[in-house]
Amino acid sequence: MLEVTDHSTLSQTLLQEVKTLADRFQQTFGRIPSFMEVCGSHTMALARTGVKKALEGYVRLISGPGCPVCVTDQVTIDAMISLTDGVNRIICTFGDMVRVPGSYGTLMQAKTEGKDVRVVYSPVDAVRIAEQHPHQEVIFLGIGFETTIPILAAAVKEAEEKQVRNFSMWMSTKLVEPILRQLLHDGEVALDGFLLPGHVSMVMGRKHFEFLATEYNMPAVISGFEALDMLSALRHLLLLSLEQRAVVLNDYKSVVTEQGNVQAKYWMNHYFTLCDEAWRGIGVIFDSGMDFKSEYNQFNAKVKFPIPTREPRRTKCRCGEVIRGLIDPPQCALFGRACTPLNPIGPCMVSSEGSCAAYYQYMREE
Amino acid sequence: MERITLAHGDGGELAHKLITDVFVSTFRNERHAKFDAATFALGTHELAVTTDSFVIKPIFFPGGNIGKLAVAGTINDLAVVGAIPKVLTCSFIIEEGFPIRHLKTVVQSMAEEAKKTNVAIVAGDTKVVERGSADGLYINTTGIGIISHPLERNMDEGDSVIVSGSVGDHGVAVLVARGELGLVSTIESDCTSLYPLVAKALEASQRIRLMRDPTRGGLATTLVEICEDFGVTIELEEECIPVKREVKGACELLGFDPLYLANEGKVVMIVPKEDEQAVLDALRSQPEGKDAAVIGTVRATNKGQLLLRTPLGTTRRLYRLTGLMLPRIC
Repeated sequence: MLEVTDHSTLSQTLLQEVKTLADRFQQTFGRIPSFMEVCGSHTMALARTGVKKALEGYVRLISGPGCPVCVTDQVTIDAMISLTDGVNRIICTFGDMVRVPGSYGTLMQAKTEGKDVRVVYSPVDAVRIAEQHPHQEVIFLGIGFETTIPILAAAVKEAEEKQVRNFSMWMSTKLVEPILRQLLHDGEVALDGFLLPGHVSMVMGRKHFEFLATEYNMPAVISGFEALDMLSALRHLLLLSLEQRAVVLNDYKSVVTEQGNVQAKYWMNHYFTLCDEAWRGIGVIFDSGMDFKSEYNQFNAKVKFPIPTREPRRTKCRCGEVIRGLIDPPQCALFGRACTPLNPIGPCMVSSEGSCAAYYQYMREE
Repeated sequence: MERITLAHGDGGELAHKLITDVFVSTFRNERHAKFDAATFALGTHELAVTTDSFVIKPIFFPGGNIGKLAVAGTINDLAVVGAIPKVLTCSFIIEEGFPIRHLKTVVQSMAEEAKKTNVAIVAGDTKVVERGSADGLYINTTGIGIISHPLERNMDEGDSVIVSGSVGDHGVAVLVARGELGLVSTIESDCTSLYPLVAKALEASQRIRLMRDPTRGGLATTLVEICEDFGVTIELEEECIPVKREVKGACELLGFDPLYLANEGKVVMIVPKEDEQAVLDALRSQPEGKDAAVIGTVRATNKGQLLLRTPLGTTRRLYRLTGLMLPRIC
């Protein structure tokens, strides 16, 4: 049995091993290995635990498009904020969303000015609020990846069973597979492999990511979120890269299975269907999100409350390039100056999973 | 128009800016308060005075209620400047319709908490506002104490940083008690009067440099303030900071950092290295201090930075709390 005090020794040993393998990679291929962590939680965890800093000069870790707030495009955010303009409405959403700046203010400003905007931790709570306020329309802003979509489905299921008619959801969900395909197809970032999101894999299963190996010849490892988990996954990635073996490994077996959560997948496909989604800085990607099937339009806020979309106000924010892995946050002229967590200009600085916020909070040097 | 947002009340960066820009600049005073309690001489006595309002939601939570919190919170602000808490005043703002039964329970806990440290509640006020103008019950308390151990406040390189127990308990307990997270946990708030514990430590060492109770903004924000106010650099050892397993778990689920979550029964002390063991032993002799630990060291006395060494051996700088909105936790 390991004592708690051995944790540090263990992670330092593993770190050393990763560095040695990275050195060997550099000797073999003449460059530093580049891996993309797809998930925003990994971005945060890599910065918080010091793994990213410890590997500077050994492994390049590129943040991917896996933070749900960050990849939501400006037009959608503007539309969501303008939902508060209607009378007799309660807008519910996840915490980070209230601080994301649209072209003309945030949901938080709308709340401060007296609009009924509520932060909930689960969309099911929004259904409860709808039951408590039968004469008001409750709209939930549904953003998220495969980890969140089943929870959105659970809320719709509850609303359907309880016949809650004043509840609806404005969906802007995203899927991991289409964006990874897009990134690999564009080829703007040179990658040697992927650190795959533990939470999304819990729902989708390891098999779901096989296409990375079979179609794109990319090694990938599903990882947990502790320093040891991530170092172990990076070690596997380096070994696979050195052997030039394209395999998708599950290094998070305690929660991730081959097939994922069958029940969760069933319910998301029960209410929702694939749709084209607009990604910040990338554009519309075919079948890259999920929205209501037409038979559930009574819960679809886009149908119930159509909002005219308008051209968003342009800023110098480079979140679009950050989420494509093209630049690191400090390369944006606004980072840490005009754009801080207190006064964020782009979503990557707002979100608790955003790359800019991770850099600002954990890797800022002054 | 600039308006007050909930973030102005979270004890972090924006709250700090509000206090500096609006209050300190207007109430200009030669005694610039660096602590929650101010110290001053009145005749031959050195006194400490502090005031605090409590708006916690929910009013009853695992480990305490708004009344216990109000009394303990004020006693703690006095205790950490080296004062013996003596008298308290309390003022109630009550919403129309609030059950008197609940008010009695709250007042009973206030009496019990005050009795533990021989503090007398000597004056008070009651206001009732229309339904909807307040949320149940708000309490303001003011406390006066007599300084028994004036603190040195001069720190040296090599001084030890000690915390009296696990951090983040109160923050998690209150958030879970609100029932908004869909979580169930056994975590109780650490809400308690620290005076007896602090008195033991002061007996053990005559040279405690500084004490603080890390409430809103958590341990990290409190230590950042110390580093900035006194221009010292402190390096914390992440692995040495006591965090309960349940708190760690809840933080992972919710994306919080335990170093930034509120405590209501913890004290952080800076002591000379030679006195480290004596203070630790004194703290650990009390139930509230059984998990006391040395968590860091004063590294340099000029830079004003709080640093954290991770188990990997890397170091990163910690800043004040920013943008984590957890309103009404105290």
